[in-house]
Amino acid sequence: MSVHSSDTASVVERTRPIVVGGGSIVAAHFLGRTAAFVLGEEAIVLVPSDGDPRRVAAHSGAILTTAADSARIITGGDDSKLVLTGANGESRILASDPKHRWIDQVALGPDGAVAWSAGKTAYAQSKELRTFEAPSTVGGLAFFPKGFRLAIAHYNGATLWFPNASGATPEKLEWKGSHLGATVSPNGRFVVTSMQEPMLHGWRLVDRQHMRMSGYATRVMSLSWSPGGQWLATSGATQLVLWPFQSKDGPMGKTPRLLTPSGHRIDVVACHPRSDVVAVGHSNGLVLLVRIEDGVEILAKKPGEGQITALAWSSDGLLLAWGTEAGEAGIVDLA
Amino acid sequence: MPEQTSIDKIPVTVLTGYLGAGKTTLLNRILSEPHGKRYAVIVNEFGEIGIDNELVVGADEEVFEMNNGCICCTVRGDLVRILDGLMRRKGKFDAIIVETTGLADPAPVAQTFFIDENVGRRTKLDAVVTVADAKWLNERLKDAPEAKNQIAFADVILINKTDLVSPEELSEVEARIRGINPYAKVHKAEHAKVPLDAVLGRNAFDLDRILDLEPEFLGSENDDHHHRHDHDHAHAHGGLKHYHDEEMQSISLHIDRPLDPDKFFPWVQDLVQKEGPNILRCKGILAFKDDDERFVFQGVHMILDGDHQRPWKTDEKRESRIVFIGRNLPGKMISEGFESCIAK
Repeated sequence: MSVHSSDTASVVERTRPIVVGGGSIVAAHFLGRTAAFVLGEEAIVLVPSDGDPRRVAAHSGAILTTAADSARIITGGDDSKLVLTGANGESRILASDPKHRWIDQVALGPDGAVAWSAGKTAYAQSKELRTFEAPSTVGGLAFFPKGFRLAIAHYNGATLWFPNASGATPEKLEWKGSHLGATVSPNGRFVVTSMQEPMLHGWRLVDRQHMRMSGYATRVMSLSWSPGGQWLATSGATQLVLWPFQSKDGPMGKTPRLLTPSGHRIDVVACHPRSDVVAVGHSNGLVLLVRIEDGVEILAKKPGEGQITALAWSSDGLLLAWGTEAGEAGIVDLA
Repeated sequence: MPEQTSIDKIPVTVLTGYLGAGKTTLLNRILSEPHGKRYAVIVNEFGEIGIDNELVVGADEEVFEMNNGCICCTVRGDLVRILDGLMRRKGKFDAIIVETTGLADPAPVAQTFFIDENVGRRTKLDAVVTVADAKWLNERLKDAPEAKNQIAFADVILINKTDLVSPEELSEVEARIRGINPYAKVHKAEHAKVPLDAVLGRNAFDLDRILDLEPEFLGSENDDHHHRHDHDHAHAHGGLKHYHDEEMQSISLHIDRPLDPDKFFPWVQDLVQKEGPNILRCKGILAFKDDDERFVFQGVHMILDGDHQRPWKTDEKRESRIVFIGRNLPGKMISEGFESCIAK
């Protein structure tokens, strides 16, 4: 058990508190130096590094899912809308589900590609709109780092889909159970899903080898790759669980590295974009920056103000945004 | 359960009932009464409910098996997703109602609240309410296993359309229901006209409310009596016929000597591992040796949930009582097993 006493280094005093104006925060992103806090309902709050927070209307109900790259935020809502928001605060509707279903999943890909799902239907658009009917409701969507290719998580496995390869049968990766999230390693060699059970499942694509990654206390809701895809940081336990992906075998036959045992459930993880440091958000509101190499911790936010639900780094790694279920938010300036 | 107390959790009522029994009528009644509450409603088919101000979500009843080798360990995948989405709008509604299709098994719905921690942290199952058709239930109990499941699983049973049957027929259908599930609260109504507090805010899955494990109609009768018969027959008790369903029974057992927890927990775990697919519901209040607190538990198929509840009161008899409702239950084996848990 580590103790966060006064001798733990702290960057808390470098925090700029942000008032988002009501509602819980479900995600955070950075568009350049502008922080974006996605609320549980209706709006995104944009905070330029040198300006005041600005609330941007995006949906007319709940915001169910979101993804971002350095220039745009995509959100899906229970209003059946897929909305794109830029750093300038302009929002536009990219798609509306004709059957008025919820937009459950979204993903942003290379070269401006966009993907989303409503129920069992997955959509992908780069130039033209393509659709794929999954065998069950889509639980997760992730683009491969290169090419126009997606991993789609669903009941009893995942499907690898080349939207532009019309006529080709999408590849199936099978594993029993309900798969509720998907991520692809930055080298494109591994697909990892989070399951209804408190575990992850992975496939090494070259030979379809299975990787069972278990031992969690709760369902794993947050996954983040360290720079270069060396480690996969995960939530779902009271310790930071890091799976080693340095070798071509991935974590096969290896145990994960376990760091920062706080005794509180970890809900959100976000790897620093440039160094092997992970921002770790806990159910009691605590945020720690943890160095993977030796587990050294820096306090970024004291406990309190509700469960951490959002963490994001600016691409230069100098700003860290955090948000809580209770709607508290802050930006920590590490420069 | 971690962190948040149950007070913050949004209650979820599950409405079941065979096709045409009157689920939608009851749902419309709930929504149209001037109760001042706001409901989020999860339905299977749009269009039949007249709702203005409520949040309505369409569901698709995806029943997913857990990857643990247990076929009865299932969740409603669509509910995991929908409840997560709805809770982003918390503050916009006071309670959630899930209407299932006529052929649905209530167990995966209930199990979702026990299995998915994210769901269980923010919402709580209030009760399974089954609407039964007074005229047709007896027929459905013969030919539709789903209908029997829904009766056996229920916390509250509304015998609807009583205007379509004679008093004798109504008495018959009630006795049939009691033969399957003597523990549910039974209400009778025309056009699903029941007081809303009869179906909502029941706390039927709240461990703190596992107080009354007495069968509803047997009253002071010896509770060991009604599971000894395994053949279908009827006999009269104060005017109400007493049926025993050939397939679905309840077993109620009590022991007035303290139990050994080191015997009881392995026994009950083993029992639900082996008989889980056949056990629909179980509940119990337990008195352990050298333990001044009551222990309460409940279960759905293989999933058990239990906790110390409160200290035994000084004037309270320290006895243990367990109830099982299920299909073809091995009564003798369960009874002997329970008795083997008595502390030496």
